[in-house]
Amino acid sequence: MDDHSYLNVKGRIFDIQRYSIHDGIGIRTIVFLKGCALRCRWCCNPESQSYDIETMTINGKPKVYGQDVTVREVMQTVRRDMPYYSRSSGGLTLSGGESLLQPEFAKALLQAGKALGVNTALESMGFAKYETIEMILPYLDNYLMDIKHMDPVKHKEWCGLENTLMKENARKIAASGMTRLIIRVPVIPGFNDTEKELLDIARFAESLQGVDEIDLLPYHNFGEGKYRGLGRDYPMGDTERPSGDKMRGFKETIERLTSLYCQIGG
Amino acid sequence: MGKKGFDSTPVPKTERITGLVADLFAKMPEIEPARAELITESFMSTEGLPIVTRKALAFRHILNGLPIVIRPGELIVGSTTLAPRGCQTYPEFSYEWLEAEFDTVEHRTADPFYISDDTKRRLKKVNHYWKGKTTSELARSYMAPETIRAMDHNFFTPGNYYYNGVGHVNVHYDRVIYEGLKGIMEQTADELKKVDVGDPNYGDKKRFLEAVIISCQAVIDYAKRYAKLAEEEAAKEKDEGRKQELLKIAKTCSYVPENPARTFEEGLQAFWFVQQTIQIESSGHSISPGRFDQYMYPLYEKDIEEGILTREYAQELLDCVWVKLNDLNKCRDAVSAEGFSGYSLFQNLIVGGQTKDGRDATNDLSFMCLDATKHVFLPQPSISIRVWNGSAKELLIRAAEVTRTGIGFPAYYNDEIIIPSMENRGIGIEDARNYAIIGCVEPHVPGKEDGWHDAAFFNMCRPLEMVFTNGVDNGEIASIQTGDIDNITSYEEFKAAYKKQMDYNIALLVNADNAIDRAHAERCPLPFESALIDDCISKGVPLQQGGAHYNFTGPQGFGIANVADSLYTVKTLVFEQHRFTLKELARAMEMNYGQGFDETTAKEAALQAAKVMEAKGEEISPDFIASIIKKVLTMELPEEERKRYAEMRDMIIDLPHFGNDVDEVDEIAREAAYFYTRPLPEYRNPRGGIFQAGLYPVSANVPLGAQTGATPDGRLAHTPVADGVSPTSGYDLNGPTASCNSVARLDHADASNGTLFNMKIHPTAMSTDKDLEDFVSLVRGYFDQKGMHMQFNVVDRETLIDAQKHPEKYAGLVVRVAGYSALFTTLSKSLQDDIIRRTEQGLYR
Repeated sequence: MDDHSYLNVKGRIFDIQRYSIHDGIGIRTIVFLKGCALRCRWCCNPESQSYDIETMTINGKPKVYGQDVTVREVMQTVRRDMPYYSRSSGGLTLSGGESLLQPEFAKALLQAGKALGVNTALESMGFAKYETIEMILPYLDNYLMDIKHMDPVKHKEWCGLENTLMKENARKIAASGMTRLIIRVPVIPGFNDTEKELLDIARFAESLQGVDEIDLLPYHNFGEGKYRGLGRDYPMGDTERPSGDKMRGFKETIERLTSLYCQIGG
Repeated sequence: MGKKGFDSTPVPKTERITGLVADLFAKMPEIEPARAELITESFMSTEGLPIVTRKALAFRHILNGLPIVIRPGELIVGSTTLAPRGCQTYPEFSYEWLEAEFDTVEHRTADPFYISDDTKRRLKKVNHYWKGKTTSELARSYMAPETIRAMDHNFFTPGNYYYNGVGHVNVHYDRVIYEGLKGIMEQTADELKKVDVGDPNYGDKKRFLEAVIISCQAVIDYAKRYAKLAEEEAAKEKDEGRKQELLKIAKTCSYVPENPARTFEEGLQAFWFVQQTIQIESSGHSISPGRFDQYMYPLYEKDIEEGILTREYAQELLDCVWVKLNDLNKCRDAVSAEGFSGYSLFQNLIVGGQTKDGRDATNDLSFMCLDATKHVFLPQPSISIRVWNGSAKELLIRAAEVTRTGIGFPAYYNDEIIIPSMENRGIGIEDARNYAIIGCVEPHVPGKEDGWHDAAFFNMCRPLEMVFTNGVDNGEIASIQTGDIDNITSYEEFKAAYKKQMDYNIALLVNADNAIDRAHAERCPLPFESALIDDCISKGVPLQQGGAHYNFTGPQGFGIANVADSLYTVKTLVFEQHRFTLKELARAMEMNYGQGFDETTAKEAALQAAKVMEAKGEEISPDFIASIIKKVLTMELPEEERKRYAEMRDMIIDLPHFGNDVDEVDEIAREAAYFYTRPLPEYRNPRGGIFQAGLYPVSANVPLGAQTGATPDGRLAHTPVADGVSPTSGYDLNGPTASCNSVARLDHADASNGTLFNMKIHPTAMSTDKDLEDFVSLVRGYFDQKGMHMQFNVVDRETLIDAQKHPEKYAGLVVRVAGYSALFTTLSKSLQDDIIRRTEQGLYR
């Protein structure tokens, strides 16, 4: 490809995390894009939510979250782990926030990933017009789509928005056949941690063309300290993590009642 | 690969193995006096004879007189002490330290040993014979005065061979197994006939070759003592099953190691007698079994094909050998014990890799050896795996499964860099492809090399300190003087001064090693060990006098991360940004960045002051000492000054550090390593070989760090120095791949005596099958960039901290220390802390 102008596209990120092995195939580098449409109560990356550049206090010291960078700059870091991607079939993952809120940037990053010859993945709720999503699909190997609940009312109550659009997009992405779509469900106590609610999501996932895997991500409270660092209250209080047995029970039910492969964790 | 590929099916562990392991740890290890008495008796009766003859006769006398024992349930026999995990002493190398430590050795924190009053008395009685006759005394007499001064000021320590035998070999186990000692004796007899009367070295050769025959015969006779004992015990045995086992042991020990082994079981017993008796002869540690899966395989394959061996029994026998490797022990002086903490004998055993002709070497035994480590779950052998581009993936995954247990094994080695680095030192390609690892991380040609690996610890931070003090340490000149720090006006000049300090001390290190080398040649030629290394017999020269085909001396440096980060501080903060001057930095270091000093330092300062006063004839009261201690501890600095030093340290800590994949810093680290690795090969040893550098610390980065002042990387005085080529603990914050990339940036090929890279991985990053695959890819990715070695601790911080508090709950917790693993609870507190501090990789969000 002669046109390398995508390398100059700018966007806003808040972190780059290397040796990520729990979000997609092989060893990956995750680029976290800043800004989200939802405000999920359990969100473990509260610094991802606002598009604004923020200062968080960590161990008494201020740390700035949010950095405007070009795709070329991001790729300078991403490409340093080429030997590991090659050995593990890994690559680049975009996460957020909701990456699709910076569609040109997300597209350019994925394009750069493909130009490097590595596997590309996107972690996203699918909160965008389908035309936007369609634009990035040619550069995307794996779409890891979060579906948190089937009930729009409960979804709005816990995440701030309904999810009708996202579900619609899921169907369209699946039907396009352009990427491998995996459905991911955060299992949140009090929100969706019942067999029925999870099974509803699984049945929906099963109805999507080509989808054969669903990942259950157990709630954790690693983000709690970050809320404090941002001067915010932690919305989940002292909610306990779902036990291993409980998670295995969900997996077993889903695999028994649907044709999906169910994995605990990414 | 075996002709029919390999069978990797695991075989379960048996009850016998559980019992043998439990028996091994029933009691605290004990020092026994028999060997010291026997060697002294023999030496007293052979005065005037050539040394090599005396050594052979003494070896025979020891093997004839050492009490023997068959432990309950053993299938492979041969014990050096009556009590499990006990040790004998080796007064011919040194003994004063043990007498000085008689009353403390039982209670010291690193590797305590029980010693009975009777043993103390018996050792005292014989030890005085060795006054003036030890290798350490002779070695010291050969050293230059400035060498001794440099040692006193802790620039380096050659303690290992100074106090002990050399060890550090991988002998021809294969020859004993497939030709029998008889075969080696026949070759020796042939050489004896060939020694020409006109040969200028006629006498030396004759006496040496005769000594070889005496020594081999002594080992055969020792095995026969076991045959007899097994027969006697069988006669008394009530349990029919055990009786049959004892009768089989009797049959085996009467046949091997004299004759070529006929079965896998005989092969293992022959291996064991060699492994055990070499250590009785030499006192050296790191006597490494090497490529065990390769030389044992032909017998295994034959027995399986003939249907006389099941995989289940083969595994049980292997497990028994693994237990025996933990039955051997060694008591070192208190200081060395800190540097080799964890009762380790560093018997390195390596699986996988390539054959001499460059094909994948994986076979059934490669898997079974890894499984044996899982079964016995003990620190010996130090199991390792060779990785190359054609390694069987199944083997790497099995290795990762062992790593996941947290035992710290195996260590991973990269054929793709080690083989060319050995060829670069003049080793032929087939020999290089056949390499094994000695001790911690040292590449070695099996059966052909005297590598003198592990020849000294060189602390690369000490010469750096001397740049700041103009060669003055504790008020006296201790090194070359490179001028007042004020007169250094550029980064280039600073580096030149450091290079001068390094070169000066490296030359002294060479002087120390060569002095010790000569002492071993004169006082400790070892005929049995020599018999098992080419070309000692054909040259008619003992190993210690240059008989080996390949000769090297490999002293190891450490502290690269500190030196690299320090140079970067000087480059950026002093000369580029002018944030402070070198003089200010020197003062900040002297004042430990205003952080005060720990109690040990305070006590040392007080003792030193007391010594000075005592020398002047002044009287010293305990009150006076207490007042000095208090002064140093609180160290009254003007608040402004203290604040300034703390601020300087913050600036330093905020800089990028080695280990984060930052090119500018990593390039400096590469250069820092060259300061140590490049000068060494210019020097020669008395055996006709060259020096070659290693970059690894064993566990000495902790005790030697305790003797090092604050450094320009912000490291505080007396805290551990960075281990091996690893980044400074807690400074590598961009994850394991970034850490690997930085370390791979060093020129590992130039450190052909081995490099050591420690990584701590959080258990959650090793839990699923996918995690293991990614873990293997991580190792592979590091190796693709020409990294040499990698080893892992997979245990979370909380567990280690809890184990420190409640050692009784964690008796079986094995962790990776340096080039070896050890039981966590047997390590000194400071070493435990060092392991806890290592950066934990793989835990996110």
